[in-house]
Amino acid sequence: MTFDRALRCRECGREYPLDPIYSCEFCFGPLEVAYDYEGIREAVTRDSLERGPNTLWRYADFLPCDPAYKVDIGTGYTPLIRADRLAKAVGLDTLWLKNDTVNPSWSFKDRVVSVAIARARQFGFSAMACASTGNLANSVAAHSAAAGMECFVFIPNDLEQGKVVGSAIYRPTLVMVEGSYDDVNRLCSELSTQYPWAFVNINVRPYYAEGSRTLGFEVAEQLGWRAPDHVVAPMASGSLYTKIWKGFQEFHKVGLIDEPHTRMSGAQASGCSPIATAFAGHTLNFIPQKPNTIARSLAIGNPADGYYALKQMQETNGGAAMATDDEIVDGIKLLAETEGIFAETAGGVTVACLKQLVASGFIRRDEETVVFITGAGLKTLEAVVDAVDEPLRVPARSERFAEALAARRAAPVGATGGR
Amino acid sequence: MASKHVRLTFTPELIQAPVIYQMGHEFQVVTNVRMADVDQSVGWVVLEVTGEADEIERCLVWVRGQGVRVDDATLGDVVEG
Repeated sequence: MTFDRALRCRECGREYPLDPIYSCEFCFGPLEVAYDYEGIREAVTRDSLERGPNTLWRYADFLPCDPAYKVDIGTGYTPLIRADRLAKAVGLDTLWLKNDTVNPSWSFKDRVVSVAIARARQFGFSAMACASTGNLANSVAAHSAAAGMECFVFIPNDLEQGKVVGSAIYRPTLVMVEGSYDDVNRLCSELSTQYPWAFVNINVRPYYAEGSRTLGFEVAEQLGWRAPDHVVAPMASGSLYTKIWKGFQEFHKVGLIDEPHTRMSGAQASGCSPIATAFAGHTLNFIPQKPNTIARSLAIGNPADGYYALKQMQETNGGAAMATDDEIVDGIKLLAETEGIFAETAGGVTVACLKQLVASGFIRRDEETVVFITGAGLKTLEAVVDAVDEPLRVPARSERFAEALAARRAAPVGATGGR
Repeated sequence: MASKHVRLTFTPELIQAPVIYQMGHEFQVVTNVRMADVDQSVGWVVLEVTGEADEIERCLVWVRGQGVRVDDATLGDVVEG
């Protein structure tokens, strides 16, 4: 039994049947899944959830798909790690890292794709598709392979090699589109109306987006059934950021946690910061930007959920910050050197923005904060390859090693290749 | 006849230009505003544009030429991370 009841327009509230559609016929507003929360409240308890599988499917009653159609490659229920060394470095008493780098295709996109592919199979689609700068492509290709479905993945022609191979290995039809970022956008919007595919972030987007709520569910459960004081999450389309909050609110609505008072803050790269820039300008109307950042996974110049993200910032007394490319690299290094987690560029953005928000006093030292690390660093090696120390090169003799080690220890910071 | 749902984003210097009027005047298209907002820094309009497919495309190329950003009405960028 599922508890998804209808699709509802986020603007005018009109309801539609649970079909593969994404926008309101009346006002063109985006559609979102509406649930029978009374039914969920009766079906789940803390105990029943704790007895569930160690994947996102423990929250199946909250997901808009029949779990009979699931493609389970082990997504979700990722570690929530207490990060005392990073907390000390940035100036917080209590900091947690939600480590979503350990998902099957090494990013949080496995959450949204898990839901999208289950719903697509439920609808009867036989092919999956997406347009992506990497993480989504990797995840759609992986899940489609596991489901034995045909898969079409569209990528810009200048992607990092790790992300290209990370999709190609699953053998989708991988299409590298020539032209600008806007050209890829336009082509994929057109194709989505011409081919009978489940385009995960187009015609099944209302279902797909719901997968990110599981991040909120997991954090609340892992903290002992409560929401934190503050969250810092990366923002691309703004969907992840808004769905984490929705997850906390829904857990409260069905009686699993007390009312959340979490301040929700978002992180963007300076080279693609339509939401953070609008926040700084005290407006809910963002101006689309042409992305120019090493954080390709956050490079959405015209974010579909930008307005809703800004509204949420206002409502939760949260904030936004943005990080330059250098700060992103420093953020990746700080996370790795303090907590042993190697994040992709989006993680660098989030850590750099956390640092800024604490330094400015926007996040108070005593606020228990959760930071979302959404993708693994091996995907974006290019970003840090010139920022790490050169290895010591020594002949196989112990005295030469001792000499080299002494020289390294005496070298000033930055003199050994790393920044 | 075809129909396209677009979001036009106007920067402050373009907000006073009668772009939507000119779309209907210069091209064989019908424009129908569904949602809109404007403040000091930006204005946007969600628009249904109806007409022959080629004429809609010509019209939107002209709109872009005026410096107005044209996007799909609901989706934003479909290329994701």
